[in-house]
Amino acid sequence: MSHLSERPEKPAVGVALPHESAVLHVTGTALYTDDLIHRTKDVLHAYPVQVMKAHGRITKLDTEPALDVPGVVRVLTGADVPGVNDAGMKHDEPLFPDEVMFHGHAVAWVLGEDLEAARLGAAAVEVELDEQPALITLQDAMAADSYHGARPLMETGDIDAGFADSAHVFTGEFQFSGQEHFYLETHAALAQVDENGQIFIQSSTQHPSETQEIVSHVLGVPAHEVTVQCLRMGGGFGGKEMQPHGFAAVAALGAKLTGRPVRFRLNRTQDLTMSGKRHGFHASWRIGFDADGRIQALDATLTADGGWSLDLSEPVLARALCHIDNTYWIPNARVAGRIARTNTVSNTAFRGFGGPQGMLVIEDILGRVAPQLGLDPMELRERNFYRPGQGQTTPYGQPVTQAERISTVWHQVQENAGLADRRREIAAFNAAHPHTKRAIAVTGIKFGISFNLTAFNQGGALVLIYKDGSVLINHGGTEMGQGLHTKMIQVAATTLGIPLHKVRLAPTRTDKVPNTSATAASSGADLNGGAIKNACEQLRERLLQVAASQLGANASDVRIVEGVARALGSEKELAWDELVRTAYFQRVQLSAAGFYRTEGLHWDARTFRGSPFKYFAHGAAATEVEVDGFTGAYRIRRVDIVHDVGDSLSPLIDIGQVEGGFVQGAGWLTLEDLRWDTGDGPGRGRLQTQAASTYKLPSFSEMPEEFNVTLLENATEEGAVYGSKAVGEPPLMLAFSVREALRQAAAAFGPSGAGVELASPATPEAVYWAIEEARALRDTAAVDGHSVEALSGA
Amino acid sequence: MTEARITVNGKETSISPAAPHTTVLDFLRERGLTGTKEGCAEGECGACSVLVARPGVNKPTDWVAVNACLVPAAALDGQEVITSEGLATVGDPGTPPALHPVQQEMAVRGGSQCGYCTPGFVCSMAAEYYRPDRCAHADPTDGAEAHDGTEVHVDAEAHVDAEHGPNGFDLHALSGNLCRCTGYRPIRDAAYAVGEPTDEDPLARRREQSPPAAVATEYARDDSTFLRRSTLAETLRVLRERPDAVVVAGSTDYGVEVNIRSRRESCVVAIDRLPELRELRVESDHIEIGAALTLTEIERRLDGQVPLLAELFPQFASRLIRNGATLGGNLGTGSPIGDSPPVLLALEASLVLADADGEREVPLADYFTGYRQSVRRPGELIRAVRIPLPLSRVAAFHKIAKRRFDDISSVAVAFALDIEDGTVRRARIGLGGVAATPIRALATEAALEGRPWTAETVEAAARVLRGEGTPMDDHRASSLYRSAMLGQSLRKLHAQTTEAVSS
Repeated sequence: MSHLSERPEKPAVGVALPHESAVLHVTGTALYTDDLIHRTKDVLHAYPVQVMKAHGRITKLDTEPALDVPGVVRVLTGADVPGVNDAGMKHDEPLFPDEVMFHGHAVAWVLGEDLEAARLGAAAVEVELDEQPALITLQDAMAADSYHGARPLMETGDIDAGFADSAHVFTGEFQFSGQEHFYLETHAALAQVDENGQIFIQSSTQHPSETQEIVSHVLGVPAHEVTVQCLRMGGGFGGKEMQPHGFAAVAALGAKLTGRPVRFRLNRTQDLTMSGKRHGFHASWRIGFDADGRIQALDATLTADGGWSLDLSEPVLARALCHIDNTYWIPNARVAGRIARTNTVSNTAFRGFGGPQGMLVIEDILGRVAPQLGLDPMELRERNFYRPGQGQTTPYGQPVTQAERISTVWHQVQENAGLADRRREIAAFNAAHPHTKRAIAVTGIKFGISFNLTAFNQGGALVLIYKDGSVLINHGGTEMGQGLHTKMIQVAATTLGIPLHKVRLAPTRTDKVPNTSATAASSGADLNGGAIKNACEQLRERLLQVAASQLGANASDVRIVEGVARALGSEKELAWDELVRTAYFQRVQLSAAGFYRTEGLHWDARTFRGSPFKYFAHGAAATEVEVDGFTGAYRIRRVDIVHDVGDSLSPLIDIGQVEGGFVQGAGWLTLEDLRWDTGDGPGRGRLQTQAASTYKLPSFSEMPEEFNVTLLENATEEGAVYGSKAVGEPPLMLAFSVREALRQAAAAFGPSGAGVELASPATPEAVYWAIEEARALRDTAAVDGHSVEALSGA
Repeated sequence: MTEARITVNGKETSISPAAPHTTVLDFLRERGLTGTKEGCAEGECGACSVLVARPGVNKPTDWVAVNACLVPAAALDGQEVITSEGLATVGDPGTPPALHPVQQEMAVRGGSQCGYCTPGFVCSMAAEYYRPDRCAHADPTDGAEAHDGTEVHVDAEAHVDAEHGPNGFDLHALSGNLCRCTGYRPIRDAAYAVGEPTDEDPLARRREQSPPAAVATEYARDDSTFLRRSTLAETLRVLRERPDAVVVAGSTDYGVEVNIRSRRESCVVAIDRLPELRELRVESDHIEIGAALTLTEIERRLDGQVPLLAELFPQFASRLIRNGATLGGNLGTGSPIGDSPPVLLALEASLVLADADGEREVPLADYFTGYRQSVRRPGELIRAVRIPLPLSRVAAFHKIAKRRFDDISSVAVAFALDIEDGTVRRARIGLGGVAATPIRALATEAALEGRPWTAETVEAAARVLRGEGTPMDDHRASSLYRSAMLGQSLRKLHAQTTEAVSS
């Protein structure tokens, strides 16, 4: 067992604990960024001037009328920017644009004494445009050859040989929607100027260091004059990895120019119309199978809808390509990627970060072609799994080191679900019910953990022990509900050997830990946990020396367990508080900065080869649905999941991540339906689903009626803190099982062996059309007497 | 300057300097009670849920959860509000608060992740916790008996047990609360784990006392006034004097306009506590339902006597909305996708309209004249809805939407059929979402009446029904799907009545 993964005696990690802020949450006393304005004097409110056209050059921007509105203090425009007028890292994202690039683009911001004044001021600003043609859909962009950013190509083996060896070749296309994050807390920041002219920003951000970096370049000041703090977020899901920076910079600029605190909080309409979303994708593909249904070759092109600026589209696309294999060995592959440039919001990180999109492509292919290969979809999937011990690598060249876990979770979930019996029950149910069909589908995942860009795989921490024995930990990760802080307290208590109540966690601030990476890519616990463990080990080593002298033993023989230091083979004890006090009087340093870097990673973005991931997370889900043949409406009857989180740091937290990720993924694939005005009228490019009333999230009615989550046992991960694995993103992709179950239930309205295509999201309407497709096959088969396989063969 | 005062967590406070349109949510947050959150500002997410003391159905007072983002603070003049902060019992400084039982269950079961939706969930859950008729192992189908005991009631919710806990907790109480983190399972577990309030519980005891009386209110700031009069006659006089006045009951539509479309009115008149609009009477030949009763009150007081309404209520928005929304409001706004008009059309309901000169009764079928337009005159109020008796024996409400809880219909179809000896004697079908107003499917009714209730009749009539109205394409559904669903609804009804297929 590695030093990193080994757990000491009576560890605080592995204990099921509620969220560290649970009591604050339930009593309404947990503070979020926008709650702070009620504790701050003389706050100005910032309100965006949104232009409701999809594309056009600004020919006039008159802010004077706004200043006539009572309570308006100032209007911020590009002319006010002392530094660089850019909100991104690719310098293609002007904070105050000269050109409106999407419907709802903010071109100026009004500061008012109250929100009503700022709103009325924003409405009074006069903007005129030289309107330009707008590309709204992926089809628009592909037809216009409108792309931006990298054009990666991932190649392995020899696809020509692969197709030559294939007994069955299929081609197809698939376009699927993006997803709105819909964190319950919209984007918000509060900026203040402190006594020395420095800027202090409280922001709902997953990436405080980058918020700091962008504020500093907008203001034209060094980073050490800008401090960013994030108390907690009301959800992030990737939507606050890149998007908060420009908004925070507006607040900071306002504070700098007026000397007063400036607050902004997007209302839901603004958040939906101004902030980026999960990328929708288009895929065109050709795939070859041998006579037994084993994949021989895949040739695919993935086109991501990047929106108007690059934002994180390049790494999102890279991760999509790196996950098109999912759990399947593809010996010969050629997968090209490109990023469409459209006049819509700039799409961004969202839980899974392109991985779900890549995996959806292959899962859709397998779900579609299984009937044509005459194979049960589960059988087809299992035949193509990576096999252990055969030296198989991913299409980008990384060895698949735990291939056996793909099969382990696959078989365990079938056992937990009682799959064999239930498939028989479902067959009987379907035979007896002409208007209602059920189906159960099992899908698995393999998800790579680490940022593709190697440099981001580092974390920092600062651990302070006070004279009274209490411990305060700081780290670079942010809390958005995922329970990172809870886990970090458990890691610190474990490493120091003290009870949990001795450890308190301070809010995430850039003046405590510098140059942090985004809390993203599921890496928060791996990176920050590694850093906290490192800091606590430094402190523990110093304290063991002190304890050794007090106990009359060698330091190597001293253990601190549950807050008591003891030497091996001795009765003497030294309580933690006493030990700390003694250390202080011996002038032993009681603070330590910790650092962690993930070892063994390498990645060449140019050749698209390397081993970018420290390890893979695995899981499998079995989902049963019931579909109403009259309407296409459906319900999720039961879900069983077996998921690999390594040895869990905090089981209650991890199960929550698995369940929440699954339901969020089911939302993406079934319910959440982003619609834009694609007509040529005056509303072209407008987001039509810009409210909770039109963009529907999963509610209680979408929760699986029976929901059983099991964490894989004896799953120690040698390469991560205390043997754990990342959990934030991977479970989202377990929801593929919902989509495939819906496909199979729809197909059950057709003749035996029928296959259907299913749009994504699979709304009741989409399922209804799939049912109609199946019924048409049944009617055709009945009339012609032909087999379905013959009709739909490639 | 005029005043309005609300008792929040036991402490009375003036709402000044709030504007008349200022919501309860913003008022609470201004007072530092920031546990109440804004997630959507249109009554869809429930992050702003708070408890309000209201006249009770089974006890003098009910604790009712509402969307604080929709209700003007001035509308709660003289009322009592409890927020998530007020549910916990604050101990000595430096000691943690004693959690309320629902807070305790939510905390220990992992019911909160990011925590932002949590205070709203806690308030909605607390309201259900205090519902007097919630009891362990309640049979959720109790009381669904037909008015005349002979109804064939087609229940669209065959899995109703999955939505009730062993403690009688009705999951629909949380249908207006969204969580983006947990996937809901731990929240359901928390809801199903709460026990019964103790005798010492102050909120449980509060239920035994009279509710706060409605207070005549005149709250004016700048050029804007919020008015509440004590009687219908006084209110109708105001409406005659101020034809520009906007009438609100639960503010579930007006509140959205204020927040999302920045609507600002000079005069808003509240009618939700007028006693003349809050009566429910069952007569020999009709049922009269006061226009200002909330849907929740109607649901509980009718207790299944009108099965078609009983089928409607769980599908109508969310519990939080139904706790404020009224039939008068749903008909008064005249939306073509309101869910009550198709049902009331099928029930052949009529409206009692009142103004300062008197009353008149208008059949609902004659009420709508165009998109959000009706025969209601300026200064006229909907006082009550009358449903004739006896009811048709076959009744069903089919709502087509993306989401089962709390969604807006793409199409809604309500059926009320009398089938005797296998023949359709009478058919009344109300449609929503297929035209500029809710409509009756008259051609389909004609295609059914007098014919045998057979697959052949249904197939022919379903083709007629498919062609009723002029469904359109929008973000909710395609026109093709909407038309298909019209025909399918009749086929489904036939299957349900003849094959005993439940779903």
